[in-house]
Amino acid sequence: MRDEVRDFIFKNFLFDDSGDSLNDSDSFLEKGIIDSTGMLELVAFLEEKYGIRIEDDELVPENLDSVERLVQFISRKKVPS
Amino acid sequence: MCGIAGIYNFRGTQAQSVETVSRMLSSISHRGPDGFGAYHDGGVCLGHARLSIIDLSGGGQPMSNEDGSVWITFNGEIFNFEELRAGLEERGHRFRTNSDTEVIVHLYEDLGHGCLERLNGQFAFAIWDTAKRELFIARDRMGIRPIFYAEQNGAFYFASEAKALFATGHMERKLDPLAIDEIFTFWHTVAPRTSFEGVHELPAGYYLVLKSGALERHKYWELEFPEEFSNISFEDAMDELKRLLIDSTRLQLKADVPVGAYLSGGLDSSVTTALIRNYTGSKLQTFSVAFEDGDYDESPFQKEMAKALGTEHNEIRCSYKDIRDNFEKVIWHTEKPVLRTAPSPLFLLAGLARKTGFKVVLTGEGADEVLGGYDIFKEAKIREFWARMPESNLRPLLLKKLYPYLPAFQGQSRFYREAFFNSGLTAASDEFFSHRPRWATTAKNKMFFSEALRNEIKSASPESMMRLTLPASFKSWPVVARAQFLETRGLLAGYILSSQGDRMLMGNSIEGRFPFLDHRIVEFAATLPLHYKIRGINEKYILKKCMAPHLPPNIVKRTKQPYLAPDSKSFFEGGKSAGYAEELLSEKKVAEYGYFNPRPVAMLVNKCKKGGAIGFKDNMALVGILSTQILHRQFVEDFTGALPLDREKLKIVNEPVRA
Repeated sequence: MRDEVRDFIFKNFLFDDSGDSLNDSDSFLEKGIIDSTGMLELVAFLEEKYGIRIEDDELVPENLDSVERLVQFISRKKVPS
Repeated sequence: MCGIAGIYNFRGTQAQSVETVSRMLSSISHRGPDGFGAYHDGGVCLGHARLSIIDLSGGGQPMSNEDGSVWITFNGEIFNFEELRAGLEERGHRFRTNSDTEVIVHLYEDLGHGCLERLNGQFAFAIWDTAKRELFIARDRMGIRPIFYAEQNGAFYFASEAKALFATGHMERKLDPLAIDEIFTFWHTVAPRTSFEGVHELPAGYYLVLKSGALERHKYWELEFPEEFSNISFEDAMDELKRLLIDSTRLQLKADVPVGAYLSGGLDSSVTTALIRNYTGSKLQTFSVAFEDGDYDESPFQKEMAKALGTEHNEIRCSYKDIRDNFEKVIWHTEKPVLRTAPSPLFLLAGLARKTGFKVVLTGEGADEVLGGYDIFKEAKIREFWARMPESNLRPLLLKKLYPYLPAFQGQSRFYREAFFNSGLTAASDEFFSHRPRWATTAKNKMFFSEALRNEIKSASPESMMRLTLPASFKSWPVVARAQFLETRGLLAGYILSSQGDRMLMGNSIEGRFPFLDHRIVEFAATLPLHYKIRGINEKYILKKCMAPHLPPNIVKRTKQPYLAPDSKSFFEGGKSAGYAEELLSEKKVAEYGYFNPRPVAMLVNKCKKGGAIGFKDNMALVGILSTQILHRQFVEDFTGALPLDREKLKIVNEPVRA
């Protein structure tokens, strides 16, 4: 899953397939990688790929702002609570 | 409207100049297909390609004064020429024609360079003063009519379009890396820079003087906001604005050919159309672009307005294919990379006007800049309000009121919206405060620049170039006034009036006229208190108030829609791309031309093909890269020059015409 998420971020936002310009803990906001429409693209990707539904109040940096956080967020969501 | 061209040899005479000017005119004959003229005097040659609009029989150019000591080649219109002529005749000047061109010549005889202050119009001209041996070249205040120039091997060349300079065969053709850097920041180049190294654009409100082998550049007009805004009452300001609008529309309707109007469905062109119908009694034909893609289409509003005003309405329906099929031609005319396809439908619209038999159209252009219509002004207002109390939870909520027409914007969470507008929030005193979010978003696409391009740009900074154009008092103006200045002097002249305006219109031999850009209106609006123009976040408030009685309520109440056209979608219909786009965006061609990195471009193209490019940023990247590639192919790689005009087509007018 980590690789899939990284692959999506690199191909869609960084336009880079070398895979070394971003660490898993780097903040998307601080690095200026994802803007408002980028956020919609990311959410659409996550929902389609992992069959989850993301609520409005989950659209916060704690869940979405780095590869690391995304991986944790998806893992939590996939486990039915 | 017309095309002009000419040569001034710094080192005396040059025998080939008429032949060279003939080539220059031939390359811009779309600007003036009705006749060609040239004048030469030793090392100087003036050329003219004519689109006849006023004084159809007598307005041939170049034209001289009574004794042939002053010669002019002129592109544009002087709207107050009848008033000026009356004064000149009183002072003893004799006129041979009924044209506005001749008025400039005589006014120049009286006032020299000072004639510019008396002209109300849109113009670019060159005057050769045989007695002073001086060439005087000027451009209108707002930058409606273009003029480009270059020096090469002891000669100075000027023309309405850059391609005419290359048509001389004497000019090196290379894209300017700093121009690409500026466009990928501001959406336009900062005059005098153009897309091409060594080619300059005379900035709006400037003139040039060439004498004794030297060149000087002077500014004669600038948009200035006062230290203190006028204390005029709102009611008086409304009356005055309306009076000026009626007068400028009346003046701009002068032509010896029929005049039409563009109708976008928004407020500004509706105002222009209503003024023509209500105050001039003219019958009117209107022209609109409708889009097959419903996301962009405004045709119901256009039809409503046409019906309400009783105009004869013409519409062109624009598809993805139309945008794609015309885009190469569009870039041939813009002579600049563009970040949006928006010029393309306007190119087709001008074509429709031409096919319908028109040569002149009035449009609502300029109202947003002059009277505070753009969202960037409201955005700046809210961000400034927020910046005064950055810890406020309530103030940034106002941001949600912006961009109601953008689903992606409305759909995002509050946190991300605020993060975006937070760009540069801490310093409202920053001179570019209003434009930080836009410029930052645009500049992100520099990630596609190649190493080679980056190395050529080095440490040059677009902002420092922009800073050089600011008036001394700029820093003391309120944020919204500063934003108005940047929009009016930057984007309006550098993109809206050129890439979307003159070049698309003249590409179809159509002249555009812009009643909101009468300098009396621009100057008056600058003195008004800012809240007359934007009340709270109600844009163009004074215009709505003064014109409401003449417009359907739906048009006045309607939320402002920006003019947009489908971007990347136009080139990638059904997962496939247009032939030329496929080729020019291929890793091979991207690497060959050298401006961008091939792999990232390939990934962007892939994203677009899958329909994944939904935001402005990706679309700007795609259109910017594609248009740069097209520009390179057309002007650097494949430029074929131009043959001289047929000898019998070009009239040499060396003796003044006797009455």
